[in-house]
Amino acid sequence: MEQNSDIMIRVDGLKKQYRLGQIGGGTLRGDLQSWWARKRGKEDPNTKIGTDQRLIGQKFMALNGVSFTVKKGEAVGIIGSNGAGKSTLLKLLTHVTAPTEGTIDLYGRVASMLEVGTGFHPEMTGRENVYLNGAILGMTKEEIDAKMDDIIEFSEVRDFIDTPVKRYSSGMYVKLAFSVAAHLDSEIMIMDEVLAVGDMNFQNKCIAKMREIANQGRTILYVSHNMATVRTLCDRCMVLDQGRIIYSGDVEESINRYMQSEGSGGSTRLADIKRHGGATYDLKMLDIHLDSSQISASHPLRFRLHWSCKKAAAQVRLRFIVKYQSDDIVGLTYSTPICDAHPGEDREDAFEFPVNNLAPGKYHVDLLLFNADENGNRVNLDNVQYAFSMTVSPDPEDQTDFLFHDWIHKWMGHVKLPTIQVLHDE
Amino acid sequence: MEQLKPNYHVHYAPAKGFSQIDFKELWRYKDLIWLFVKRDFTVLYKQTILGPAWILINPLLTTLMYTVMFGTIASLSTDGVPQLPFYMAGTALWTFFSTSVNRVSNTFTANSGIFSKVYFPRLTMPISTMLSAAINFCVQFVLFAFIMAFYLIRGEVHPNWACLPLLIPVLLQVGLLGLACGVIVSSLTTRYRDLAVVVTFGVQLWMYATPVVYPLSMITSKPLRLALMLNPMTAPMESFRAILFGTGEVSVIGWVIAAVMTLVLLFIGASLFSKVEKTFVDTV
Repeated sequence: MEQNSDIMIRVDGLKKQYRLGQIGGGTLRGDLQSWWARKRGKEDPNTKIGTDQRLIGQKFMALNGVSFTVKKGEAVGIIGSNGAGKSTLLKLLTHVTAPTEGTIDLYGRVASMLEVGTGFHPEMTGRENVYLNGAILGMTKEEIDAKMDDIIEFSEVRDFIDTPVKRYSSGMYVKLAFSVAAHLDSEIMIMDEVLAVGDMNFQNKCIAKMREIANQGRTILYVSHNMATVRTLCDRCMVLDQGRIIYSGDVEESINRYMQSEGSGGSTRLADIKRHGGATYDLKMLDIHLDSSQISASHPLRFRLHWSCKKAAAQVRLRFIVKYQSDDIVGLTYSTPICDAHPGEDREDAFEFPVNNLAPGKYHVDLLLFNADENGNRVNLDNVQYAFSMTVSPDPEDQTDFLFHDWIHKWMGHVKLPTIQVLHDE
Repeated sequence: MEQLKPNYHVHYAPAKGFSQIDFKELWRYKDLIWLFVKRDFTVLYKQTILGPAWILINPLLTTLMYTVMFGTIASLSTDGVPQLPFYMAGTALWTFFSTSVNRVSNTFTANSGIFSKVYFPRLTMPISTMLSAAINFCVQFVLFAFIMAFYLIRGEVHPNWACLPLLIPVLLQVGLLGLACGVIVSSLTTRYRDLAVVVTFGVQLWMYATPVVYPLSMITSKPLRLALMLNPMTAPMESFRAILFGTGEVSVIGWVIAAVMTLVLLFIGASLFSKVEKTFVDTV
């Protein structure tokens, strides 16, 4: 194999396979029972009723043959829709789990920021947590001692550094956590959407810090849904789709490809998207199918949502948080009550969402199923971030709309406010 | 920016079969082990009324209970040693072992969250857990020393002063044995959750198969004695008393059995652990 001294990461034919369906009973008793039943040729008592026997042990390739190299000092973005294999790739690169096939060679120390603040304990002070978190990320005590001042300075929480972090606001917590990771002495930084934290000022500070790191000759792999940060941070992008790299190269071109691959219409599987907490998960959204590919003021978004119910929930509603592709939140809306859900139920409901007010462009939608408890408080039943995306086109039937065909979101915002009516004095 | 280490290179390949524990890497993370120990200690006692006193109250109450149960009611022999220090010594050493086993057993299940986010040598977790148990033991031992001093002044106990340094190999053996058993169970619990329940119960039973609340000299039946000798906790327990009170039975054969079993269990544990640690995040 040729050895180029500039290469920092070499990934070759990487595959990661997960098994779907029920594998192993999870208990020794269950396993023995299953084994005994098979032995006598009877039906496995631990199989869920109604599951297709063929599906058991079916394989799912989260990564299906990924190869690439990253050179020293490059900042490479990895983009792709939910389930494309981004997180799996990061897990393999950071040694959290081992690949099924293929190899990874890293020519430098790796610092992973898959989630900031790993190992933070609420009862310990900020300083103690910096030591612990730093050590988890691979620093020695001397290294942390040497950087302690920089870390505290960057985090902007100097006054509270000897206070237990349970008294911190979530913003302070995240700032401190980010600071630790940003001060790692590693040649390779791997980051997963961590920049979407803190207030606007701090986010900009983080991005500036990342740039600085990249300029120091370190190598950055950045995974995100946020195209705005990908643009500012990355020199090059790779687009992942269904476990493969479908494009690698120029940032703008990559973003276009990604947008196309994620385009409007068609079905999106929601069941496998990782949930990030904040809901009871009594309900589960399984699939969403967008009926219309062309969405505009005169063509509302029509979609069907397939979901199942684990625990009864009355008066379930659906909520949208609509985000522009740069991650700016455009607005929130919710549906009228769908139904009362009963355990074991599997439903598919049709919806219509008029988009009259959305300016032409590409939007992501976060979904939430919710209802209200007896005290009138909202109960989140299931949530999926970046559940699907849709492209709103200029309305073909409205002639004036075409005057704003080139809607520049930076200057015009994302919402077309209601038309101003001229009142003619009569 | 520090200079790149010229030949730094890691290579990850599919996990196949058993592999070696990377001791060099483990050594690089020694600070982390120590920080985990510190965290366990701070967190355990930070929001309790009596604070670290709990480390002392627990064994004290257990000792009192044993004194009443086994000493007064059942009138078991203590080889002439006053009951309080006798039971206290047994409890302290046994607690060290049992907490090591019980808490190390939960390594993978209790830390799956952090393990699935960041890589660091997984073995740091069980080692630090065992060390926390060792520190608790030391605190209890200080309490024990005070009680011993009281009996020493009254001339009721006769420690084997010359052998005092031998406490170190005894404790080392107990710690490693606890670590080995815990690591084996933790590796198996990634697949079989119900093993965790068996362990707590099993360790309790194991205590009665070890001369903790009675001296080995009480056992006169041949087969029972043989069974006790095969227990790798018998030799350290008896030696512990021999050093402190000058009464236990220490035999070379007992120590050979204990040492060999500990090493074998450590080897099995390390192999299982190294096999499980690579991909366990996929299954939890």
